[in-house]
Amino acid sequence: MAIADITQRPINDDLDRVPDFGRAPSGSDIEANLTGIWETAPGWRGWLSTVDHKTIGLRYIVTAFLFLLIGGIEALIMRVQLAGPDLTLLTPEQYSQLFTMHGVTMIFLYALPILSGFSNYLWPLLLGSRDMAFPRLNALSYWIFLFAGIFMYVSFPLGQAPNAGWFNYVPFSGPIYNTGPNIDVFALGMVLLGISTTVGSVNFVVTLFRMRAPGMTINRVPILVWGTLTASVANLLAIPAISLAFFLLWLDRQFGTHFFDVANDGKPLLWQHLFWIFGHPWVYAIVLPAMGIVSDALPTFCRRPLVGYTAVALATMATMLIGFEVWIHHMFATGLPAVALSIFGAASMVISIPSAVAVFAWIATIWLGRPVFKTPFLFFAGFVILFVIGGMSGVMTAAVPLDWQLNDTYFIVAHLHYVLLGINVFPVVGGIYYWFPKFTGRMMSERIGKWSFWVMFTGFNVGFFPMHLAGLLGMPRRIYTYSSRMGWDGVNMITSVGSFLFALGVLIFLVNVVISLKRGALAGPNPWDAATLEWTTSSPPPAYNFAVIPTVASRHPLWEDRLEEDSGDNRARSNFTEGYLLTKGRETIGTSPIDAKPVAILKMPDDSYTPFFSGLFLSLLFAGLLLHWWSFTAGMAIAGGITLIIWMWPQKALVQRIAAGRGP
Amino acid sequence: MKTFKPGFYRGPDAPCAGRLIALAVVSTATMTGTATAGEAPLNYFLHSHGPASRPTMYLGWVLAGLSVAVCLIIALLLITAMLRKRPAADSRVIGQESGGLRWIYIGTGISTCILAGLVVYSLMVLNNVANPPTAPAITLTVTGYDWWWKIEYDHPESAKRFITANEIHVPVGQPVLLKLKSADVIHAFWVPKLAGKTQLIPGLINQKWIQADEAGIYSGQCSQFCGVGHAHMGFEVVAESANDFQKWQEEQLRTVSPSPAGRINAGYKLFLDRCAGCHTIRGTDAAGEHGPDLTHLNSRRRLAGGLLANTPDDLMDWITRAQKHKPGSRMPSMVLSDDERSVLALFLSTLD
Repeated sequence: MAIADITQRPINDDLDRVPDFGRAPSGSDIEANLTGIWETAPGWRGWLSTVDHKTIGLRYIVTAFLFLLIGGIEALIMRVQLAGPDLTLLTPEQYSQLFTMHGVTMIFLYALPILSGFSNYLWPLLLGSRDMAFPRLNALSYWIFLFAGIFMYVSFPLGQAPNAGWFNYVPFSGPIYNTGPNIDVFALGMVLLGISTTVGSVNFVVTLFRMRAPGMTINRVPILVWGTLTASVANLLAIPAISLAFFLLWLDRQFGTHFFDVANDGKPLLWQHLFWIFGHPWVYAIVLPAMGIVSDALPTFCRRPLVGYTAVALATMATMLIGFEVWIHHMFATGLPAVALSIFGAASMVISIPSAVAVFAWIATIWLGRPVFKTPFLFFAGFVILFVIGGMSGVMTAAVPLDWQLNDTYFIVAHLHYVLLGINVFPVVGGIYYWFPKFTGRMMSERIGKWSFWVMFTGFNVGFFPMHLAGLLGMPRRIYTYSSRMGWDGVNMITSVGSFLFALGVLIFLVNVVISLKRGALAGPNPWDAATLEWTTSSPPPAYNFAVIPTVASRHPLWEDRLEEDSGDNRARSNFTEGYLLTKGRETIGTSPIDAKPVAILKMPDDSYTPFFSGLFLSLLFAGLLLHWWSFTAGMAIAGGITLIIWMWPQKALVQRIAAGRGP
Repeated sequence: MKTFKPGFYRGPDAPCAGRLIALAVVSTATMTGTATAGEAPLNYFLHSHGPASRPTMYLGWVLAGLSVAVCLIIALLLITAMLRKRPAADSRVIGQESGGLRWIYIGTGISTCILAGLVVYSLMVLNNVANPPTAPAITLTVTGYDWWWKIEYDHPESAKRFITANEIHVPVGQPVLLKLKSADVIHAFWVPKLAGKTQLIPGLINQKWIQADEAGIYSGQCSQFCGVGHAHMGFEVVAESANDFQKWQEEQLRTVSPSPAGRINAGYKLFLDRCAGCHTIRGTDAAGEHGPDLTHLNSRRRLAGGLLANTPDDLMDWITRAQKHKPGSRMPSMVLSDDERSVLALFLSTLD
């Protein structure tokens, strides 16, 4: 078998090993052995120490969904306040905190984490691996996300929650105009959350390039993987800007530095640049993996592969690339010169070209396929139309002079909810319907499922479409009340009614989850007759995912024998029953980045408490910074350092081995 | 609006999602139509009245019409793709992967052409509205405060400069240059029917221009979240004939000489005692700069950043219950005895 160049160096013979190659029929000793090696200990010990990507993925999904519900309740309270003119349910300060926390929760604590959850759960299964590249880092990423989420909510019950909007413009968020702990909580929380996102992103990037099953060449990975990869690379480039911005703001607020302090030549506009250089790539990061969910799952219900795989994969990356050139479109009204605005306006229109590629690919897939109208399909089809509506309103706002009118009105609120709910929530809920059998071993109810879709879809459009009109009628964002003479009463009432209808749809979905968890029909390994590797495993999959590492020969391993390909007869077949066994401890195969040729036996770490405690101490360190408990902070830094030393302590069992010898 | 596209109202009678969108489009039309009847003072989408806003309005119509058309076409394609008749086949059979690329080529090709056209059109409009057709003869400085607007009329002669608040007067048909500043946090100046918005950023002076082609009152609003009073940071632009504008300017230049005795003077004394720390009345000892200049208070149509009509009752209500009307504002709720109320009201009624 081929060995990549990176291994052409003198190596210790001890590290050369010929991995066993063979079969592991179900019920065999090999499976029992693997279970013993990979399974997490029961009870609280396992609960705190597990590094299983499936557990972590589900935790991400459940936690993020809880945040979605919290953010949703905040939204409903605001919709009651805005249902009619001059209502006084909320004080202006309460309203400021609610819309800020709604944005922060939805954008930072729901939208990306839920997709990280899907990717964490699915990636190793999609790629034919036994875990992510860095399982402990994965656990750390989750714990920090959870702690950062709690951190950002600690001041909420005290009525001191962040109150300057999720965009948090200075000087309003600076020390002069915002004296409470509100913004410090936000600033430190964001730096903390940034650590979680960064380590998570590193994990995805390395996993893609090192952890694919043999034969899964780069042009065979599912689109979800492309989406998450693109988002992760973007995060690695974008997160530093936001972490820096919030850190500088915190320094301004606590130590009297002058980065944004106008009186001392600080620049408020600098904040806007730093924020949106992060902010715009981020909005693509929270939709591209969701678009990947649709690109991968929609074909299952169309009974044919996705049309234009390569085009869609390239479009995904093109979107992100252009996504780094459009941040100024959040700043058209800041007085920048018209030439600069022209360039960014044009780029903001051009960015819809790759989106058009994806939309036409999905429509063609449905058109040329034979759609099966199951619940997930409805969510994905609904997503396509919401995506187009949100995309077109996006094109409208990309026109600079028109944006001078639309910016900071409810038109933008409508646009961003069509984009974020349409492209994130609908695919996510569809994705949960689709992978629920894999997660739990049980099917969700189709009958309740269809109800949930139609109520959500109707409620969504009744709720959010009138917001376009409110914006065209001049209603600014972030006002806690309005006067009847402005002519916005009707649209706001309709929006409020629609938002409650939408919430009812989400409730029906949750009821379905609860009922199906207990009483859903048993699913079996592949209930949808889908094509990708995760469906070769049992539902739910065993701790080790694959008893033998599969060998992949196409993009649709499970459909190979049935694809109406022209030259189908002599093509290579994927192999799920025979492959590397790798049973000497936690092991999986490392492959080369492009061609996925096996190059190394990766020794994977056991469950460990160190990620939990690293995350805990780090979060407590941030709590110390918030409360100015400096010695406590120092203590946490030391405790965290010790935990890291324990984590990093060299273990002989983790020395990577070169895979030599037989291969497929 | 007269030129409102009739095509907007129609839409192919597509089932399901398509019908929903058609419905939504019709409701767009009806609701914005309702607003035509004198409602919605910020409705720029149908009523733009100046060269800085009208080309943008047309751009908006083209883009909105196009967007609706695209959404309907896509909805139609999607629904047809789902429901079109297919020969019966075994559900186990999987369609071949190749093929369908023509969809992407044609769809993306058309989209790209349309987008290229839109880029050109929107840049032309940008060029059109970015600068006034002629050099503005009138310059004024607008400074955003939490949560009101200070308006300074510039003039080469210092005797002809004056300050007012929350109400801008402009002559019809002439471009007016605005210098935008902020005294505290970022605000945004927006008179939708005359021009798009521009931020007021502390430490910077942004410029914009407005021009009203018809006499009238144009509502404006801060559109950048600036704190708890953001919802109540309105203002008005009054466009009037050159003569009326001239007269108004002369009125504004006049200073006040408080009458030396009587109850008006008692009100003046009370004002000096309780209000002059923040408010200026030109010609008197009241020279505070934290709040609006009140020299010609009664010439203004509204109070408190557009929140209340400027009537004597509302004025006293505002003075005594400012924190209820506008929580967090720097204007305190003044505690006044009945006698104090009446002398203050009497004095304020002289500020015309």
